[in-house]
Amino acid sequence: MLTMIGKRLMFAIPSLIGVVIVTFLLTRALPGDPAAYFAGPAATKEAVEQIRKKLGLDKPLIEQFFRYTNDLAHGDFGNSLTTGQPVAAEIRNRLPASAELTLLGLIVSIVIAIPLGVLAATRPGSWVDHLCRVTTTAGVSLPVFFTGLVLVYVFYFQLGWSPAPLGRLDVFYSAPPTVTGFYLIDTLLARDLEAFRSACSQLILPATTLAIFSLAPIARMTRASMLAVLSSEFVRTARASGLSPATVIVTYAFRNAMLPVITTLSMVFSFLLGANVLVEKVFAWPGIGSYAVEALISSDFAPVQGFVLTMAVMYVLLNLVIDILYGVIDPRVRLEG
Amino acid sequence: MKRRDFLKSVSGLAAGATLPAMPSVISSAYADARSETLLIVSEGGPNNLDIHGVGTNVPGYEVSWNCYDRLISHEMKVGPGGVPYYDRDKFKGELAEDFKIDDMSVTFKLKKNAKFHDGTPVTAKDVKWSLDRAVTVGGFPTFQMSAGSLTKPEQFVVIDDYTVRVDFLKKDRLTIPDLAVIVPCIINSELVKKNASEKDPWGLEYTKQQTAGSGAYKVTKWTAGTEVVMERNEDWVGGPLPKIKRVIWRMVPQAGNRRALLERGDADISYELPFKDFQEMKASGKLNVVSLPFSNGIQYIGMNVTKPPFDNPKVRQAVAYAIPYQKIMDAVMFGLANPMFGAPKDKPTEVAWPQPHKYNTDIEKAKALMAEAGLANGFETTISFDLNFAGVNEPLCVLVQESLAQIGIKTTINKVPGANWRTELNKKEMPLFTNVFSGWLDYPEYFFYWCYHGNNSVFNTMSYKSPEMDKLIDGARNAAAVGDTATYDKDVKGFVDLAFSDIPRIPLYQPFVNVAMQKNISGYQYWFHRRLDYRAMAKG
Repeated sequence: MLTMIGKRLMFAIPSLIGVVIVTFLLTRALPGDPAAYFAGPAATKEAVEQIRKKLGLDKPLIEQFFRYTNDLAHGDFGNSLTTGQPVAAEIRNRLPASAELTLLGLIVSIVIAIPLGVLAATRPGSWVDHLCRVTTTAGVSLPVFFTGLVLVYVFYFQLGWSPAPLGRLDVFYSAPPTVTGFYLIDTLLARDLEAFRSACSQLILPATTLAIFSLAPIARMTRASMLAVLSSEFVRTARASGLSPATVIVTYAFRNAMLPVITTLSMVFSFLLGANVLVEKVFAWPGIGSYAVEALISSDFAPVQGFVLTMAVMYVLLNLVIDILYGVIDPRVRLEG
Repeated sequence: MKRRDFLKSVSGLAAGATLPAMPSVISSAYADARSETLLIVSEGGPNNLDIHGVGTNVPGYEVSWNCYDRLISHEMKVGPGGVPYYDRDKFKGELAEDFKIDDMSVTFKLKKNAKFHDGTPVTAKDVKWSLDRAVTVGGFPTFQMSAGSLTKPEQFVVIDDYTVRVDFLKKDRLTIPDLAVIVPCIINSELVKKNASEKDPWGLEYTKQQTAGSGAYKVTKWTAGTEVVMERNEDWVGGPLPKIKRVIWRMVPQAGNRRALLERGDADISYELPFKDFQEMKASGKLNVVSLPFSNGIQYIGMNVTKPPFDNPKVRQAVAYAIPYQKIMDAVMFGLANPMFGAPKDKPTEVAWPQPHKYNTDIEKAKALMAEAGLANGFETTISFDLNFAGVNEPLCVLVQESLAQIGIKTTINKVPGANWRTELNKKEMPLFTNVFSGWLDYPEYFFYWCYHGNNSVFNTMSYKSPEMDKLIDGARNAAAVGDTATYDKDVKGFVDLAFSDIPRIPLYQPFVNVAMQKNISGYQYWFHRRLDYRAMAKG
């Protein structure tokens, strides 16, 4: 197991190096001159040059690249010019916000989608099946920012049930001391129930938005793979042996139908991180996605590079986790690098 | 390392505040906090708390304005619509108790009880250090200081602990006003010097993260891109103690949500909303919406006079007759702007800026002018705008495109990303474009010096050069410095007339700054920097 993990990590190194080079070149190819941007509206040509020098942008590209990789090796992602903070610290602060939201969205989605998919597969053509089809089609065809805005409009603006879409906590609560960076956990650790409730209610709408969006692939995949498994011979044998329908479906069929669902989950998780960007914008969520977009708009290289690199590392780790999960669910899957 | 210490101490404070408190205690504190707290929502937040920093953005100016003091500031007067408006010509002491303007210098006596946020008294050496810093750090602050002929550290002389003299390099009417803008703020020199390094002698890294001033507010928490929390400085002596105890400024990127927050009563005040929203909120009457014209600001269509056929004044006049002015006012601005066109034919030129020109939409006249220029068949060109302000610029350019097509000018619209806009302006390659310019200092010659003078500054986006224009602008500046009103009036009228007849840039309208707030918020003041001044505001 450990050697497998080690091997997988080794294989990830070339792709990470590739990511470093490509993001470096891509950000340099962005239109716009950061020196002119940050010199301000009233800058003279000399002022722009002064700033270019300060930012090290007057050096040849190759020198900038070596300086950048050298900094990276020391764990320094550089400074963001738009927010004025070190990128590493910002990503560290913002990643938990995005992760908490995405994970919660994913959990909500799984809790709804998997039973729905299983039920739809056991009763094809029934009302459950139709319900599954309609919800998934609707969920996937609505763009996330639209769902988000509609939810805000209905539940905040019209009904007033939901708190103001102002980020992770009500403005008048102070953030809990950071332990995990997940407010739901940190507020409980701090025994601050009011803040916990506030964090919870702030999370409901954005997490629902993400869940609606990701219902479709999970439910559809569960349904399809359950259908395939249910028509296979071992299920027929199980049924013929007189096992209860629940045992057949949950113990035998479902476990076997899980592999493709897990694969879909990993895909869904990765594109949820992308969809996050829009949800974060709508809900003023201080996450990593909105950070990267703002940086991109102002040609701020360092955060964009930091963001892409962090994402790349997360994908590598995610794939690793999925591979390990495969082995746990289905011992037949060989764990090879 | 210093930064980390700061963050640690802040999160430590936050932890200290939450840990011992029981839920019930929070609840009562919560209600209290709400009535003494101003909650502002806006699209963007500061990237630096120090206006002297590299690339400090406009929201950063707001922090500086409220957290630092200057030697002097402006008095208030009643502006359009009864809204308090800064008085361009009247000054009062902020850190200065008293000041005396002589022929070639001005002497400031400091308030003896003024203290920085950490309790150190404000002394003359802090003033000198801060002004030295402003004229030497380079970039925007140094540029702004030079606009008032403040360029050398030798100009700032310490007389004794509480007396400072600023010597004039030459007579310049803008020197005193320039000491009241945001840039010449007074910084706690000992504190910053302690945190400066050899590479960073002015301690810019330190003041970027925290405020080190004597102003009415101090930043207690700043999460870049998310929120800024400011607490009142109880020992402020720059003016009467502000009524608002705490200011929470949240960044809400979605304009629709900002409006929802206002209408639901959760946010107290917001700006940077689409004009349509402001117009609708004004009409519904649930909120107070203040709309005031930008002082010394104009949105215009510029033509690069080095790019044929725009080198021909006839073509420029033709374009000026083909702009759909009124349509732009109605469909783009929703009426929230002052028209800068269509003055009556017989109206004499005033000694003022901005003032409307006499062009109107007249397609026949435009066609005739095109024919006179030998371009009856028209030509092709591109019209560029800054995507950062696409909400206004895009519909505006589409209307202009449509209208120009009627006189045979085929235009393609070129959308320039915000990050790239300044580079493009600097290159001076765009033949036709729209842009806004507004000056902090509200004087016609200041505007013309930057926008029309042959020294070709960044804002002379048209690359316009005319010896006659330069003579008039320089004449007005010199006349203002020595108080020669007759020459000044003559020259100002002269350069306005010339700008309108040569018409390298076509003024469209004077934009409004719009601020929406709850009915229980009072004390909004209009300042030249167009940001909020929390010090005069009150809630309830």
